[in-house]
Amino acid sequence: MGLVVVDVMPKPEILDPQGKAVAGALPRLGFGQFTAVRQGKRFELSVEGPVTGEVLAAAREAAVQVLSNPVIEDVVNVAEA
Amino acid sequence: MGRIGVVTFPGTLDDRDAARAVRLAGGEPVPLWHADADLKGVDAVILPGGFSYGDYLRAGAISRFAPVMGEVVAAAGRGLPVLGICNGFQVLTEAHLLPGSMIKNDHLHFVCREQELVVENNETAWTREYARGQHITVPLKNQDGQYVVVDDELDRLEGEGRVVFRYAGWNPNGSRRDIAGVTNERGNVVGLMPHPEHAVEAGFGPDGPKGPRSGTDGLAFFTSVLHALVG
Repeated sequence: MGLVVVDVMPKPEILDPQGKAVAGALPRLGFGQFTAVRQGKRFELSVEGPVTGEVLAAAREAAVQVLSNPVIEDVVNVAEA
Repeated sequence: MGRIGVVTFPGTLDDRDAARAVRLAGGEPVPLWHADADLKGVDAVILPGGFSYGDYLRAGAISRFAPVMGEVVAAAGRGLPVLGICNGFQVLTEAHLLPGSMIKNDHLHFVCREQELVVENNETAWTREYARGQHITVPLKNQDGQYVVVDDELDRLEGEGRVVFRYAGWNPNGSRRDIAGVTNERGNVVGLMPHPEHAVEAGFGPDGPKGPRSGTDGLAFFTSVLHALVG
């Protein structure tokens, strides 16, 4: 069983309301050293066999077409886990 | 009588209200099912509000791949009037029929209120019976309602007059330049976050000048498209 991980993040120029809310909560719990938080998504895609170049190419395609919306998000990582 | 299709996805909430609005405007609502690649020969299509597929992945992202959407995209390309309300607007952006996207409201809260809008473009299939600059009040209810689009595209939309509605009085979700609704280049596809189908019958709408619940400002969406079909 192979596993491919896809990481998607909100674009830097797009406000990330969730990340901002988390950033606001951290100092209240004593974590004052973190100046900003951005929240993204991690997808784990399983395949039957090994993670071949073909599988990675398909994962990259799926990442752009379905797993992310290029208007608001960037695919920052597609790799074998 | 104009036949207007109303699509139901898993998790759609406002299909019955949209169908009722069509009926009150003098049209015949035709239920369309997400899993059927069939528009049943309708003259226009409404994608209603709700939480299709639970907003999983992104709001509207999974509905975009429903069999009925292939037909909607093709028919929209031929000029069929298509209206996306709230979640339906999100589906239209995910399907690339309208530019931009929606992210969480800037204040992170679900918002439900009677919202004032200003009509910026009354030349679309769905807004012909409004006056340009007219202020209307219809309900608004959403969590992911913040309209975002890159600056270049935003300037292009403004330049081409494709902003159809702007929030007036208060921007309820942080949308860029107070945008509440946009249209495509041809003016047949319109999407907006607020809910005109909830303001179509006295006694059930927002508060209006004639008294509590008297507002029917949303009705002209449906009469606009029906009269355009006849004309």
